Amino acid sequence: MTGLASAPGAVAAQAAAPRSGRRGSSDPRPRARLRSSLWALLFVGPLLIGVLVFYIWPIFRNAYFSFTTWGAFGGATWTGLDNYETMLGDPDFWRAIVNTLIYVGILLLGIPVAVLFAALINRPGLRFAAVYRTAFFLPYVAMPAAVAMVWRIIFNGDFGILNYTLSLVGITGPNWLSTEWFALLSVGLVGMWISLGFNLIVLSAGMRGIPPEMYEASTLDGASRARQFFSITVPLLSPSIFFVSVMTVITGFQVFDLLYALMGTQNPAINQTQSLVYLFFAHQQAGDNGYAAAVGVAILLLVGAFTMLQFRMQKRWVTYD
Amino acid sequence: MTDTQTTALAIRQRAAGKRLRLGNGVTHAVLIVASLTMIFPFLWQILMSLATNAQVTSVPPTFWPGELHFENFAHVFDQLPFLNQLWVSAAVTTIRTVGQLLLCSMAGYAFARLEFPFKRTIFAIVLAILMVPPQVYLLPQYQIVQGLGWLNTIAGIAAPGIFSAFGTFMMRQFFMGLPEELSEAARLDGANHFQIFWKIMLPLAKPGLSALAIITVLASWNDLLWPLIVATDATQMPLAPGIATLTSQRSIPDYPLLLAASLLAMAPVLILFLSMQRRVIDGIAFSGLK
Repeated sequence: MTGLASAPGAVAAQAAAPRSGRRGSSDPRPRARLRSSLWALLFVGPLLIGVLVFYIWPIFRNAYFSFTTWGAFGGATWTGLDNYETMLGDPDFWRAIVNTLIYVGILLLGIPVAVLFAALINRPGLRFAAVYRTAFFLPYVAMPAAVAMVWRIIFNGDFGILNYTLSLVGITGPNWLSTEWFALLSVGLVGMWISLGFNLIVLSAGMRGIPPEMYEASTLDGASRARQFFSITVPLLSPSIFFVSVMTVITGFQVFDLLYALMGTQNPAINQTQSLVYLFFAHQQAGDNGYAAAVGVAILLLVGAFTMLQFRMQKRWVTYD
Repeated sequence: MTDTQTTALAIRQRAAGKRLRLGNGVTHAVLIVASLTMIFPFLWQILMSLATNAQVTSVPPTFWPGELHFENFAHVFDQLPFLNQLWVSAAVTTIRTVGQLLLCSMAGYAFARLEFPFKRTIFAIVLAILMVPPQVYLLPQYQIVQGLGWLNTIAGIAAPGIFSAFGTFMMRQFFMGLPEELSEAARLDGANHFQIFWKIMLPLAKPGLSALAIITVLASWNDLLWPLIVATDATQMPLAPGIATLTSQRSIPDYPLLLAASLLAMAPVLILFLSMQRRVIDGIAFSGLK
């Protein structure tokens, strides 16, 4: 134990010798290293145990699950790539990918909206800015499962206020939450309503980093507001916009609460609207753990791929100075 | 600067100032409309939670219920297991938040300030977890909790959420930003690492801790998927799955009751936010900027 801990430590201590030779005892370095390591064990140990048990081990365990089939009474049998073959041939799986991507797309469309409102709210000297910020941020802190209830009655095809408003201008609205595609659109709009506040806060923080002189100088040069927005705000904000879009893709892929609470498990349109996480949940509930595990792996790969793609593309439009 | 230049500048500035004032009117108009749109669902929910079921489902919509039915809120407590679920939510949120603050700040301090073997490797492993979507470890986590006999218990719902890679990363970043001289001075005075951590670093880390606390409270209060899987008994689940299982029914027999229940379920977090807005917003922005 001691040997294990001090051997690599001694090597590193030699490399760091000029820095650590402060104390004047006879053999300070390996012992100091050892003591530091023991302290570290005390500090990191509790977290590390939990992380190993609840996160690291489960990742491998889930990978194993994805190669097994589960009987009705538990008990997994190794079936190799069966789950993945079933998944790739399952129209529900492909539909779930399409739905998830459309949902993410709707959320991404919310980013320009957030940039615009962030620019308005952060105008220097604007009064009541804090009040507006509160209004925008409120949906983000509210429990999605709970706000779904009021959206259910707003979107209701028979008595909802949305269709009532549409009827005033002569449009007969659909049954939003139980019609294919419309249900996805509704869920996406509520998702956008929730995420707007978060995006606004992060973008506002980024905006405060833009030196006000830039605006002053361009105002004196007669640049219009719109011109300033496109040639100062947007480019200088691009790192924040990039961060917000990465977060949007990651959180958008996780859409579940709204589908579950807004549409409900017995909704006739749920199979055409479900996301990947919902698909995972449905198979988990059905006891089909092998398939659910494979869906989990698919989500991991897809989120990873899209995040990597975003990092690749950032060179084209993100300006760091 | 010549006189003509000065006048030209003054004219331009005046024109710009005028545009600013004119622009502000439009800005306020746009922001007021947008803000009302954002809070409309909350207002509608409050209004409809005080109406009768017939009024909620009436065509055309009832815009003002007339008589306000506060008894809908009383029914939440005697017709639904609301108090049980409130207790579970409060307990789970407290355990997760206190646990994370303690474990993440300790580990974050070690990663920021201590030297130990395999530090980089261990930190890289913790970071890697950040990139893995929760579904990947949900099934095995369920098995572990089941094996411990913790299904339908507060411990089972709270356990995995005590350990957070995100929190550790955030606290490490925070400790890295604190001046090293302080802890060096304490070291020379003979303080050990625990004393330095507890008496010097933690008090300095208050902004980071409060940001982490806010994010954790929000996340665990609103969490749905995990508690929905581990808690199936309506009296043993937190509020989010409790409300969601009711709203996900095909047809809803009593709208005002569920509107009132969901309003009460999100109220604690909304009140928390409204009472310490500045901190919540700074906390979210801080975690977003890393």
